[in-house]
Amino acid sequence: MTAKVVTITSGKGGVGKTTSVANIAVALASRGQRVVCIDGDIGLRNLDVVLGLENRIVYDLVDVIEGRCRLRQAMIRDKRLPELYLIPAAQTRDKTAVSPSDMIRLCDELRPDVDWILIDSPAGIERGFRNAIAPADRVLVITNPDVSAVRDADRVIGILDAEEKGPVSLIINRVNSDMVRRGEMLSVEDVLDLLAVHLIGIVPEDENVIVASNRGQPLSLDGKSRAGVAFQNIARRLMGEEVPFSELETPGLWQRLLGRRR
Amino acid sequence: MNVKRALTIKGIRDGLLVTCHKGSWNEMVEALNAQIEDQPAFFKGARLALDIGPCEVRVADLSALRDSLSERGIHLWAVLSTSPVTEATAQNLGLATRLSRPQPLVSAGEAKSIPAEAAKWVRGPLRSGTRVEHDGPVVVLGDVNPGAEIIAHGSVIVWGRLRGVVHAGAAGDETAVVCALDLSPTQLRIAGEIAVSPPRRAKIQPEIARLVDGRLVAEPWQSG
Ligand SMILES: Nc1ncnc2c1ncn2[C@@H]1O[C@H](COP(=O)(O)OP(=O)(O)O)[C@@H](O)[C@H]1O
Ligand SMILES: [Mg+2]
Repeated sequence: MTAKVVTITSGKGGVGKTTSVANIAVALASRGQRVVCIDGDIGLRNLDVVLGLENRIVYDLVDVIEGRCRLRQAMIRDKRLPELYLIPAAQTRDKTAVSPSDMIRLCDELRPDVDWILIDSPAGIERGFRNAIAPADRVLVITNPDVSAVRDADRVIGILDAEEKGPVSLIINRVNSDMVRRGEMLSVEDVLDLLAVHLIGIVPEDENVIVASNRGQPLSLDGKSRAGVAFQNIARRLMGEEVPFSELETPGLWQRLLGRRR
Repeated sequence: MNVKRALTIKGIRDGLLVTCHKGSWNEMVEALNAQIEDQPAFFKGARLALDIGPCEVRVADLSALRDSLSERGIHLWAVLSTSPVTEATAQNLGLATRLSRPQPLVSAGEAKSIPAEAAKWVRGPLRSGTRVEHDGPVVVLGDVNPGAEIIAHGSVIVWGRLRGVVHAGAAGDETAVVCALDLSPTQLRIAGEIAVSPPRRAKIQPEIARLVDGRLVAEPWQSG
């Protein structure tokens, strides 16, 4: 068995990469999958906080790469789930401490022992981004339904295509059904129309996400909230299941399709 | 191997032009790095154009070089190459692929001296951050997304939706036209005239934009 490496990236910052990695990882792990998350956002680490593992960090990614510890020593096990691990980012180092080939080597070492390696990418298209996508078998691009986030996603998709990391899949995060209905936000349809890529998930705006992140208890741990269900659906789709998009996930879309028929 | 011989450096209006004469990409990068280490003060703060001849480069390698240069305060803004792969890579990273900037305001007399060049074919979509430049006409098969840019000395034809920025007749040719199946550019220029897209029309139809008496007009495409 060898792991699939999935990198989550966005171009624009603050659109929900870290939140998605944490929640998809938890959702996969609660379906019995063995999962390792790697925080690729060196210098700005926060996946550990969202996963609630901050206080258990001893070694980090740069320690592994520079040989100060063994890979296993830097893997923090999440005790809430049978097999979920985090390799945290270094807080105090800059991204030049890691190279794309380091990331490929690290993932190759992990591959035989797990099912999924999820990499949280930093924003932008510089070194940290290239480190994060270098080992990826599959890239999920995440955006919010606003013009500037979509513009950046488009740019990143173009670069991923050129690097032959495509075809990518898209997550649209923070969809606010009221705002879409009032025409104050791009609809899922608008975003897909522009980006023309495969859609793997639609996550509603949900204040539970923020509460959960602050507590270090990712939503998809219990999975009753709307966003929690959306992240679980993404995990199921990653695993190859056909999960139809529910009305919960696509408020604007259904509204508009119905409106049009009338 | 004498690495320094592999490069020539010339001062140009836009900064420095480094021409790599031979070798693989890695050798060129090595030679360039050696040169910079030799004369850090000379390169510091420079705007750099790189001519790599027929060498093929991919996005990962070119963006790695661009980052490593920028970490040393050197701004890579153009990559010239005879390789279509390299040219596409540079376009993808939004780098210029030619040295002369378009000069919108030249006289009509000058425009006549522009050689008629073969059209450049580009497969779309052209995504945000992509920049396509060409001495002649440009034909795009697919959409041109917002944030993408086309700068052509000739006409621009888009078999798709045009929502980015287009400059046709960029060297002054006032007879250049822009047509698209859906003509909704962020900004459209022909020679020295600039227009922003009118609000979305009810009906989307193929349109052609041209200069009529020095003004930009767009009208539905009529055959015949
Ligand atoms: N679906 C959502 N609903 C509400 N808030 C969200 C949602 N997704 C993310 N957020 C919030 O947005 C902020 C940025 O998210 P984060 O995952 O850190 O983004 P990134 O890693 O892309 O910078 C966080 O405060 C997070 O809690
Ligand atoms: Mg983050």
